[in-house]
Amino acid sequence: MKRGNGFLAAGLALTGLLAALVLLGFFWTPCDPSAMAAGPKFAPPSLAHWMGTDNFGRDIFSRVLQGAGATASIALATLAIGAVGGCLAGALTGYFGGPVDEVLMRLNDALTAFPSILLALVVISLLGPGKKSNVILALGLVFIPSFARVSRTAFTSLRDVNYIQSARLMGAPGGRILALHMLPNTLAVLLPALTIGFNNAVLAEASMSFLGIGVTPPDASLGYMLSEAQGMLFAAPWYAAGTGLAIVLMVFSVGLLGEGLRRRDKGVL
Amino acid sequence: MKDLLKRVLALLATMLAVSFLTFAAFSLISGDTATAMLGTSATPERLAALRAELGLDRPLAVRYGKWLLGFFTGDLGVSTSYQQPVRELLAPKVGLTLWLSLMSFVLITAVSIPLGVWSAGRRRFEGARTALNQLGMAVPPFFTGILLSWVFGVGLKWFMPGQFPDAGQDFAGAAVYLFFAAAALSIPRIAMTVRMLRSTVQEELGKDYVRTAISRGNGRRAVLRRHVLKNALPPVVTFLAQTMAEIVAGSIVVEQVFVIPGLGRMLVASIANRDYPVVQAIVVILALWVVLAGTAADLINQRIDPRLRLGGAA
Amino acid sequence: MLEIRNLHVKFLGRDREAVAGVSLSIGEGEIVGLVGESGSGKTVTAMSVAGLLPRKQCDYSGEILLDGTELLHADRGTLRNIQGREIGVVFQEPQSALDPLMKIGPQVEEVLRVHTGLGREERRRRALEAMAAVELAEPEAVYGKYPHQLSGGMLQRAMIAAAVIASPKLLLLDEPTTALDVTIQAQILELLKRLNRESGMSMLFISHDLNVVRKLCGRVAVMQRGLLVEEGEAQEVFRHPRHPYTQRLIAAIPTRKRKEAEP
Repeated sequence: MKRGNGFLAAGLALTGLLAALVLLGFFWTPCDPSAMAAGPKFAPPSLAHWMGTDNFGRDIFSRVLQGAGATASIALATLAIGAVGGCLAGALTGYFGGPVDEVLMRLNDALTAFPSILLALVVISLLGPGKKSNVILALGLVFIPSFARVSRTAFTSLRDVNYIQSARLMGAPGGRILALHMLPNTLAVLLPALTIGFNNAVLAEASMSFLGIGVTPPDASLGYMLSEAQGMLFAAPWYAAGTGLAIVLMVFSVGLLGEGLRRRDKGVL
Repeated sequence: MKDLLKRVLALLATMLAVSFLTFAAFSLISGDTATAMLGTSATPERLAALRAELGLDRPLAVRYGKWLLGFFTGDLGVSTSYQQPVRELLAPKVGLTLWLSLMSFVLITAVSIPLGVWSAGRRRFEGARTALNQLGMAVPPFFTGILLSWVFGVGLKWFMPGQFPDAGQDFAGAAVYLFFAAAALSIPRIAMTVRMLRSTVQEELGKDYVRTAISRGNGRRAVLRRHVLKNALPPVVTFLAQTMAEIVAGSIVVEQVFVIPGLGRMLVASIANRDYPVVQAIVVILALWVVLAGTAADLINQRIDPRLRLGGAA
Repeated sequence: MLEIRNLHVKFLGRDREAVAGVSLSIGEGEIVGLVGESGSGKTVTAMSVAGLLPRKQCDYSGEILLDGTELLHADRGTLRNIQGREIGVVFQEPQSALDPLMKIGPQVEEVLRVHTGLGREERRRRALEAMAAVELAEPEAVYGKYPHQLSGGMLQRAMIAAAVIASPKLLLLDEPTTALDVTIQAQILELLKRLNRESGMSMLFISHDLNVVRKLCGRVAVMQRGLLVEEGEAQEVFRHPRHPYTQRLIAAIPTRKRKEAEP
């Protein structure tokens, strides 16, 4: 309590700033991101082009803004599938328990032992690579088990708490108890898990697009841009630097936010 | 002995389940294989003939049995895009990926364990260190890889990015090349391991037996060395096994960045080509790796903690 | 032998002092009981004597003298020399106070390992002796067991063996019988009495259970909210408690038990 929660403040500020920039990028960018010859080819960073230009003379900053938008929206959509699916599965099995719970959790343990990228690659190779919706679906499915585990733990620990028991005894229907009494209490656990999930989604999507089996043009995400940038590392190192830093900054800010949330819950600092 | 037997059986069961699921999943869509090989304009007769040739017309269980038998005898099928036995295709690549992963694993362990233990005992600059830790976790290996190629490859010319030397001819060059790839792969995991170790050691430091140890006249270091580290080890071993799995997955990306002809690059290319026999074989090999790492961790932890041994209670 | 003078301990961030000016002395070969409810400051007092206060997280003042050596403000080196060798400590829950991953034997002989240059064989011999002295059955077998393989009573005996192996002047016992069931509790009390009789070791016995204290201690001190409210001969305090808090504590003992306890 002494120093206040610096992580939460810094995380909120940075995340807020980035979110505002990304939102702005949906409506307005300094130059048209796909306009060829918005400036000279391979121009280093300058006042006119903050991150320089690429081989077609496109403004990299504008492209990064747009790419960040694509990356963030894919990560959010992924997170939505993973969190909603996972929490539903975890809440239901955790609340009702029984053999179904046992079997599902075993399966869950087996699945979470595998790296998410590997699972996502398998799923995407089944669904077919290169399509935005497939990337979202693949990553979303892969994130379900980890959320199921988080929410299950929260729900099972709450199930036996007194006031839930009394609500049950009073005959409140299961669904109502879940929604009204238990969901708010699991939020404390869920929020930090969401920030971690978002970061994993950003990194996973960027990796897949970097590999060329994620999102491909015209939906250029940061990962794809970075693979493009690697090809012109000699001529325009600023392209790779700008794009990579955008990813790092995004993950770092949300990471700080998550750290702040965890500390607030634990009551440290 | 009984423990080991049980472990091995569990491992086999897991591998069977994983390989069957992989096989079934790929079989579901591999009806496309014939079409993919011949193109959509092929006549139904030719497609049927090819399916018969590839054995696609037989029931799933039979095909799985045949594939499994093949897997154990080293026959992994034939690549559809290279028209070559998968085994021949993958053999030289497995070793390379294994080297890269082991190098990265050693790097992670060697750096993060001392760093984590050191950091657990200190309160100063805790905020700054946590922030640095978050930054470390935020740097994706492919970006670090590009940075390293630029600084040490393009700038200092310690290695030629994109030109992996043949280990047979230039062993030192290959080792240096792999080292940079391993470094890129390791940074975020080092940050995660330090963080994990730090919180585990701190948790242990708060336990009652630590107070007992101090009451016997042990100094700080002796308490750490004699009691805390051993107790903190099992969760760390489990975490490192998970790290082993993550490294293998991460090597897929890093091999792409550094153009290392390993399993990962092959996997990505095969997914893009829809070359299912290859994808399937690689997935099962990587899964075996993951499961083996997990089993090794369990066995090590049983050595460390007698409470985890079967029949260890009472 | 041990003299606590005007001890104050206040944990940072708390309003009330955990120990608010306690003075207490223990003579050679004496067993003193320190009684009070949880939160009364009795454990904090004992931890101050054992050099186990988390110094960075509290303010403290006063003096603690062990045969003339000041402990409260002593540096880590001085404390370490005394801990284990001159002061032995037995904690409340042996299950968590023992290292779960270390065999019993090495834990019993740890004090020797820290403070003496004795070799492995000699340490083992002394450990087996100490374990026999605390009436642990089959010391040889217990030596190689892990804590989870033994019962609570056996673990507490091992804890005591570990605390007395170097024949300390003072044995601190922090609720050593609370986690045990009644028959084991009685056995442990007998054991402590015998150790005191045979070796002349002074003991500070901390408990919330007046009845247990009465069976063991010559002198009793009662603590409430960080203050020492009553002190005297055990029998005297029992028969004629002066402070209302002590009277309440005694009244709280079930009558039948109180009668049984009458000598």
